[in-house]
Amino acid sequence: MKTTSIEDKLAVNKYDIDKDRHIQIREDICATCEAHPCLYACPADCFKLREGHITFSYEGCLECGSCRIVCDKEAVKWALPRAGFGICYQYG
Amino acid sequence: MNQRFDAIVVGAGPAGCACGVNLAKAGLETLIVERGKFAGAKNMWGGAFYGPSLYKLFPDFWEEAPVERYILRHKYSLLTQDASFSVDFTSKKYGNPPYNGFSVLRSKFDRWFAAKAEQAGAVVATGLEAEDLLWEGNAVAGIKAGGDALPANVVIACDGVNSILAEKAGLRGKISPRDIKQGVKEVIQLPRQLIEQRFNLRGEEGIAWEFIGSFSRGIPGGAFIYTNKESLSIGIVVQLSALTEKEISANDLLEDFKRHPEVENLLADGQLVEYSAHMVPVGGKAMMPTLYTDGMLLAGDAAGLTLTTGLVLEGGNFAIVSGKAAAETVILAKKTGDFSKQSLAHYPELLKQSFVLKDLKTFKRAPLLLENPRFYRQYPELACELAEKIFTNAGIPRKKLWKMFRESQRGRISLWQMIRDLFRIKKSI
Repeated sequence: MKTTSIEDKLAVNKYDIDKDRHIQIREDICATCEAHPCLYACPADCFKLREGHITFSYEGCLECGSCRIVCDKEAVKWALPRAGFGICYQYG
Repeated sequence: MNQRFDAIVVGAGPAGCACGVNLAKAGLETLIVERGKFAGAKNMWGGAFYGPSLYKLFPDFWEEAPVERYILRHKYSLLTQDASFSVDFTSKKYGNPPYNGFSVLRSKFDRWFAAKAEQAGAVVATGLEAEDLLWEGNAVAGIKAGGDALPANVVIACDGVNSILAEKAGLRGKISPRDIKQGVKEVIQLPRQLIEQRFNLRGEEGIAWEFIGSFSRGIPGGAFIYTNKESLSIGIVVQLSALTEKEISANDLLEDFKRHPEVENLLADGQLVEYSAHMVPVGGKAMMPTLYTDGMLLAGDAAGLTLTTGLVLEGGNFAIVSGKAAAETVILAKKTGDFSKQSLAHYPELLKQSFVLKDLKTFKRAPLLLENPRFYRQYPELACELAEKIFTNAGIPRKKLWKMFRESQRGRISLWQMIRDLFRIKKSI
């Protein structure tokens, strides 16, 4: 069996994607962080390290809250998507 | 000003629905607010639900609720890279009503449960988020939702592990990643006949299969497979702090697990239909928030009510029982018209009388025990290596069991360490 990438996994999920992002990150704080726990905590790979910078994309977020718990620098301004938006589990 | 409800329940999961059903049945004006498009849209769990809490509420619920299969078989496996050592328990007793447990998919199940609350007389508002609390002095007096103020005598926050309302009420501080296990799960569709053949099941029979071992790379946690009617729930539940410390993501561990020879064949030709994730509060009694304040109660995951013993990881029945206890407390408070802290103090008393706080007390040392890395690496290795020695015929004279054990144990774990671990197990679980 070949490995399934997270992108391929998220592609089968049903989302209603809002036009605004529900989670904001403070990139200036992220720039001072060496550990980047968010990279490993996010099960949907929403955090990426690109040329030394942390970037965040909200579209695939599974709303688990792990990023908020692991970031001890308070760089994740965490919120849920607006009601009715975000992940919409068909199985759960 | 909007109509004042007797109670507003936030979150239409098992805790919220159980609470709403009981409140509405007692004739209280009850509103259940759910941020998902429908109840269950935001919810996931591993997939098995045990115990009598639901049939106490709805006798014969399995006749009408969208349960998948009843759990007849329990299997535990210790895995190394290329071997597995299993204990497999089946009891025909589990195949008779009221059954012992079911595999359940939340998206369908929660919708059913919310409909039951509606039938009982509660108003269920989906697609509505409780953004904040309303206050009257130091007492919670309702919620703000969708820009409206919705007043109520009491708010029952059943809004899950990320409970925003518990934080806003000052009932809970920041959660430590050490007290969280992250669950990631795939639902893999497979034809019915293949599931039954591969897992040796018939009809509506199901298996709950738990795994620990090398795939978690020493990270505390394990994996699971539950059989649904026409799909498998397969996932991994691992300590969040250890993931970030070791710089590994749970999905990598899940992929390793799926490629284990014991697992790979079970999934062959299956089709991935959903990928989900959730945090499980596993800190036990030590991480429990304050459960109530003036005009407000917490139930389910929002109250940190899950049980982890290493052999079981349960939250669903704790959610239902705590939701029901919260409802009973509010019903009593309504009679006296007193929704103050003093009046709601009945809630933890009810939980103390039930298995919820009794189990959490009995197993209060279990969370620490389960951080022991030897359970996830050395012991599975030892079991598999010893079994291999027992079954291998190398054409040379055989050794006695104890001698083989000592050979495998030496250099891996000291006997003294094993005795200490055994003593800790005895004390903790």
